Amino acid sequence: MNFFEFAWSISPKLLQGSLISLELTALAISIGLILGIPLSLGRVYGNKIIYTVTTIYIEAFRGTPLLTQLFILYFGLPSIGIMFPPFTAALIGLGLNSAAYQAEYFRGAIQAVKDGQMVAARSIGMSKIKAIRYIILPQMFRLVIPSWSNELVLLLKASSIVYMIQVSELVSVGRQIASRNFRTFEVFLVIAFIYFVIVEVLNRILHSVERKIKIPGL
Amino acid sequence: MAQTILKVENLYKSYGKTEVIKGVSFEVKKGEAKVIIGPSGTGKSTLLRCINQLDQIDKGQIWLEDIEITKSHIDINQIRASIGFVFQSFNLFTHLTVLDNVRIGPMRVREMKEEEATKISIEELKRVGLGDKIHNYPAQLSGGQQQRVSIARALAMNPKLILFDEPTSALDPELIGEVLEVMINLAKEGTTMIVVTHEMDFARSVANDIIFMDGGFILEEGLPEQIFNNPKYKRTAKFLSKIT
Repeated sequence: MNFFEFAWSISPKLLQGSLISLELTALAISIGLILGIPLSLGRVYGNKIIYTVTTIYIEAFRGTPLLTQLFILYFGLPSIGIMFPPFTAALIGLGLNSAAYQAEYFRGAIQAVKDGQMVAARSIGMSKIKAIRYIILPQMFRLVIPSWSNELVLLLKASSIVYMIQVSELVSVGRQIASRNFRTFEVFLVIAFIYFVIVEVLNRILHSVERKIKIPGL
Repeated sequence: MAQTILKVENLYKSYGKTEVIKGVSFEVKKGEAKVIIGPSGTGKSTLLRCINQLDQIDKGQIWLEDIEITKSHIDINQIRASIGFVFQSFNLFTHLTVLDNVRIGPMRVREMKEEEATKISIEELKRVGLGDKIHNYPAQLSGGQQQRVSIARALAMNPKLILFDEPTSALDPELIGEVLEVMINLAKEGTTMIVVTHEMDFARSVANDIIFMDGGFILEEGLPEQIFNNPKYKRTAKFLSKIT
């Protein structure tokens, strides 16, 4: 079997693995998005207590390796009676970790919105919450897309690490195949190519979204 | 005697250790155009921001009609909704069209229906001469046009009073006229307004009353003819001779 025949023969299994990777990434980025927005708002607008709590969360997750976080979730928590199936543990770990990074990107984008926008919103009688909802967040989302795309791509690639806690995603499937026929080099060339294609597609989608919601004249 | 719209009494404001406003009192009657002039850094803009409490005051009282708005239990959002504010740097919402900039207040603060808010907003935009720009975005407009949109944004809230904070200072000279023209018309139609400005011709021809501020105090207050032709203080005369 030459390389292309071999690649073709292992592709059904690898595609199954990539679907798991994509599913994990999509769910984890969503968890991160849903948690990241309130975290960033806490850091920008929160009182001392909220600011401290959100800052500790963000620093804790950004300051420790993802692998350590996953091991604590999957191998550590059972010792105090909390057990998750591999996929769930991976999802929680990646989601909580991404929330911390996304929160920092959102914070940067919120702070990039000019001060006058909030002042003007308050001057027509909007409460702070309404001003955030109608004026600050819509501008924040436009500003954050470039760095958020980065986080999405990093998360997809970082998700390969969850093979360490027995999730059958792309890399893990590759290792199983390679352990049977020892064509490690070729297997991982194909895997690298699959990641590359997915990343390119994601980048293009986000680019076109960015162009679509660009503010005319700005 | 016209009804009093705004009354400011013994207002103090500091930033850190710097005292910016040192005991200011004045009144604005319904339909009055009051112009505040004076050197830079004498607290004119701060005074405006204190009136609708975009800046917190340290001491003193402010009444809007018969409500003391400096009391702690007052819903300041409701008060601000009835005081228009026009900024030096326009501060239009960059992600919204001209129409949405104007109707977002009526819709989200006054909770008006969309059709009604749209109708009012288009009327106000026509009033400032921008009926044909309602679907443009702020960044597609000139500075003069942007400032006129921000005046329409204030008008759409049907305010009791509009505060203008150096509305023409950020504009190219050839764009100042179109904004002043809108303001002159508002004053003629009886809009109650307080204008901080360095446009002395505007002050002379439009103001019912002029306040000269210096060093955080009101040095003198009077009719335009009196302030411009016959100022009480040397300080006022010196300022006017420099600027005109």
